[in-house]
Amino acid sequence: MTDAWPYLMMAACAAATYLWRGLGVALRDRVDLRGGAFEWIGCVAYALVAGLMARIIVAPVGPLAATALSHRLAAAGIAILAFYIVKRNIFVGLVAGVIALILMTFGGAF
Amino acid sequence: MSLPKPEVPGYASPRAALFGGIGEALRAPAWVLGASYVGFGSLVKESGLGLGFGVASTVAMWALPGQIVLVELLGLGASALAIVAAVSLTAVRFLPMTVTLLPLLRRPGLSAWRFYVTAHLIAVTNWAISMKRCPELPPGQRLAFFIGLAATLWMVTILCTAIGFFLAGSVPEAVSLGFVFLNPIYFTLLFASDVRQRSRLIALALGGVLGPVLHLASPDWGLLVTGVVAGSVAYLGDHWLQRHWLPARHD
Repeated sequence: MTDAWPYLMMAACAAATYLWRGLGVALRDRVDLRGGAFEWIGCVAYALVAGLMARIIVAPVGPLAATALSHRLAAAGIAILAFYIVKRNIFVGLVAGVIALILMTFGGAF
Repeated sequence: MSLPKPEVPGYASPRAALFGGIGEALRAPAWVLGASYVGFGSLVKESGLGLGFGVASTVAMWALPGQIVLVELLGLGASALAIVAAVSLTAVRFLPMTVTLLPLLRRPGLSAWRFYVTAHLIAVTNWAISMKRCPELPPGQRLAFFIGLAATLWMVTILCTAIGFFLAGSVPEAVSLGFVFLNPIYFTLLFASDVRQRSRLIALALGGVLGPVLHLASPDWGLLVTGVVAGSVAYLGDHWLQRHWLPARHD
């Protein structure tokens, strides 16, 4: 990977992202949102992001590969549990999940 | 996320609406979004990418799922086409979001270029809040409210990207890995809090299973194929169930 490559890709992705926002402005009076196309694309986006997150938790290729699978699964479970216990508060779930993974990773290292 | 009920439906002036938007942002969403962008900043650092890259991506893209897809696929050495196609698929949602929000913000005499600038600030969180709050406001105050809300969240996340980057570099490895874990948890919780729609639920479940499996088959295209296959099956399956089996409760 050269130094310019990530920036080049980021610029391309920024353009690809803004494209949809700009199209929304341009077509604001000409788009029928009740059609199935938007529901379909919503499902595709959900599935894509869910697939990525599941892969990051189950089989990370990045930095999280240094942590244990059992720790990641347990931490995710703890996050969901905390989220539901504290009135579906996402922030509490986030903090609980992260602290759980940190403690387990430390515990596993020593 | 449960936000407190707003006490006042309207503000004294557009200026007050701007500050109202800023206040609304700082109440709860800035904390949650900020935390997830701390996670993104840590991911950037731990992936060996630069601070400038991380911050610039938040400024220019301002769409967390797309940013994570970008960093993950860069790490895998995926092709340009695979990266842009996958990121683009996560961003199509901005089209219907923009189309539904802009009519609310419109007022006579506002030039088109303002909408093109404003559109860059639209993201899931501020869209959901504005769709709820703006109809309660006088038309002259809505754009100011949205700008206050969205620009605040945008700036907080830019700052938090940098904070996450520096934090990851200055704490023990186990702690910075915890920060990187913020994003998978954030999206898991986001999904857990929004499973009322059956088609989305099928998409989540199927995507969650296919994601890791298809990644093994093709690191380059696995993610894209996961989205298209799981998303299409969910969409078609929901329609099939609707017609032949169990009408969904929400319709």
